[in-house]
Amino acid sequence: MMRSLHLDATKCTGCMQCEMACSYENYGVFNPSKSRIKVFDFHETGRKVPYTCTQCDEAWCLHACPVEAITVDKATGAKIVNEATCVGCKVCTIACPFGTINYVADTGKVQKCDLCGGKPACADACPTGAITYIDADWTGLDRMRQWAGKLDNQPAAGHAD
Amino acid sequence: MGWQRKLLRVDLTAGTCKSEPLNMAWAKAFLGQRGLATKYLVEETDPKVDPLSPGNKLIFATGPLTGTMASTGGRYSVITKGPLTGAIACSNSGGHWGAELKMAGWDMVILEGRSPKPVYLHIENDDAELVDAADLWGKTTWETEPALKRKHQDPLLRVSCIGRAGENQVLYAAVINDLHRAAGRSGVGAVMGSKNLKAIAVRGTKGVGGIKDPMGFMKATTAAKQVLAGNAVTGQGLPTYGTQVLMNVINEVGAMPTRNHRDVQFEGAKDISAEAMREPRATDGKANLVTNQACFGCTIACGRISKIDPTHFTVVNNPAYWGASGGLEYEAAWALGSANGVNDLEALTYANFLCNEDGFDPISFGATVGAVMELYEMGVLTKEQIGIEAPFGSAKALTFLCEQTARGEGFGKEVGQGSKRLCAKYGHPELSMTVKGQEFPAYDGRGIQGMGLAYATSNRGACHLRGYTVASEILGIPVKTDPLVTDGKADLVKAFQDATAVFDSAGICVFTSFAWTLQDVAPQLEAACEGDWSLENLGVVGERIWNLERQFNLAAGFTAADDTLPKRLLEEPAKTGPAKGKVNELHKMMPAYYEARGWSPDGRPTPETLTRLSL
Repeated sequence: MMRSLHLDATKCTGCMQCEMACSYENYGVFNPSKSRIKVFDFHETGRKVPYTCTQCDEAWCLHACPVEAITVDKATGAKIVNEATCVGCKVCTIACPFGTINYVADTGKVQKCDLCGGKPACADACPTGAITYIDADWTGLDRMRQWAGKLDNQPAAGHAD
Repeated sequence: MGWQRKLLRVDLTAGTCKSEPLNMAWAKAFLGQRGLATKYLVEETDPKVDPLSPGNKLIFATGPLTGTMASTGGRYSVITKGPLTGAIACSNSGGHWGAELKMAGWDMVILEGRSPKPVYLHIENDDAELVDAADLWGKTTWETEPALKRKHQDPLLRVSCIGRAGENQVLYAAVINDLHRAAGRSGVGAVMGSKNLKAIAVRGTKGVGGIKDPMGFMKATTAAKQVLAGNAVTGQGLPTYGTQVLMNVINEVGAMPTRNHRDVQFEGAKDISAEAMREPRATDGKANLVTNQACFGCTIACGRISKIDPTHFTVVNNPAYWGASGGLEYEAAWALGSANGVNDLEALTYANFLCNEDGFDPISFGATVGAVMELYEMGVLTKEQIGIEAPFGSAKALTFLCEQTARGEGFGKEVGQGSKRLCAKYGHPELSMTVKGQEFPAYDGRGIQGMGLAYATSNRGACHLRGYTVASEILGIPVKTDPLVTDGKADLVKAFQDATAVFDSAGICVFTSFAWTLQDVAPQLEAACEGDWSLENLGVVGERIWNLERQFNLAAGFTAADDTLPKRLLEEPAKTGPAKGKVNELHKMMPAYYEARGWSPDGRPTPETLTRLSL
């Protein structure tokens, strides 16, 4: 089954465990500045929102890359940056409408979420279920269940209780 | 290794910043943060120094677990000699600033001297410089942080700063980071103000690496997080209700200091409780509480984010306060509310916003207003002096005095000196509800006997965070003891004090101790840091830190006579509730406490104790 990272901002507390897990997975240090997932704190409303690459099917970054350094991981659907090929031209960072692929000055390459090869560390680390890795075809299931619950507030005909 | 092994020493007088290796022998003996910074302060500062003079030092310190995936690993402390008490001050804060400092490659910053003009410290990884802050002086913390982010074109900059209260040297001024997280108590912000230091703005992109046993660390921190998630307090109570979960509980057991400790139960407690914060308001149908929020690395997320009712008298003409910000924690709700008999939740939230905005401690502020209201009702203080009628229960007087204190205007200048000085000035020192000059927090020593002893012996003056025996006496953590009994409390207080010193020195939040014991902390430290962090040794480290703080205070001039409580708690019995008729029986506990500590009858660590603790 193909899976997707599912981000539910209503459950995010802004604890940054995801950012630390991401940097630790990829760089072996706890370092949010190297994280490929970012948590945004909208202070005026109190909302905390995690955000990262949504792995577009027709990925702007992939099409923009002049050296074909971005390829598709067939198993996960992730768009992967091949560091050996990447020349650090940053065109992909301009092409991406969402800002989720970024240059890393230390390496001279770009980086983006690669879904950790199918075991995303951010989802593992999230203590509240704000980040989950679920059936790619049913990311709306949770929200459907919530609405379904609202419909089920009348006793059905023939129901004993 | 946990530590970055490096500290930043800033000479404000000379305007210089230099890097220095961390003293690793001290780190292995005092762990980090509270313990290690205390060691530096003790070694480098004359205990008799005037806290607001250039001779005092101000230390911002992280712990070895700060900036790691250990749950709540985002803490830092501000350590200095406190101006409110004259004792050692050590105030702990969460948010993101502490982790950012660590990510920049520093374990701590030691600030010395006094800058000839207002400056802020800008740290970007290894680079640190003092920058002119003329344009920031006079600004609130809510203006300072965005101004610095704009100036440096860096939205990821983290800022720890003072507001006008710190500049004006309100004796309980706080250091505020991330807009509403506070190193709140004992006036550490006033020391910062006295040094003409407005802010420390940090950006760290180096990260925290070099964990001694990475696999073991991930295993230990994951297991410890599961303990937090599975615990009723840290897994459910705190995220849902915040520390405010305590309001109704403490009121029911008759340990809710009310109207300057005249009473021990507040009839309006339910109106300002966690439950009330979640109730839709009659006016706009919205709840005061918007959401909960975590500090860096925290899997508990007890923080409150609130919005004030825009039709409330405090803000109706002031849209600047209609947005969400840090809401009421239990201590603030108590101090701004019960201590003054005020049951107006929106007024308390507004006052709490002001405390964050201009950087001062709502506990000491609220408790001082309680004393003002009592003096007003006695006829000692008049409406003309205060600037408003100030009977107990007046939300208008509370918020008026809060605005005045924030701005340093009118009677707010006197409120900003704290209740000890204010009550003494007006001839009623007995009405100051303080120990060593610092105001009590939200637990009455008559209804919770052990807390009376914890307050009397706390190294930073009256404080619940030095030995929170409420956990045992009320909540049954780790074992239930009778709150009205004095037997066994000496040992209980000592155990809590020593363990807390370890939590505060490790880089984690003391609220984890609702679920964790040192047994949960030890494996995390052992995996992260070199050195002996076994359960046995951690007990010794905690006791060593406690005694080091005690030595500083003794050298500063404190004696056993200062280990006491106000007469009201020792002589005026509780009027209602389960503790009705009780006073705090401190005299029954103190000798046993000194003995348990290995101190002489005059409260000094014996030579044997000092040798045992390698002090």
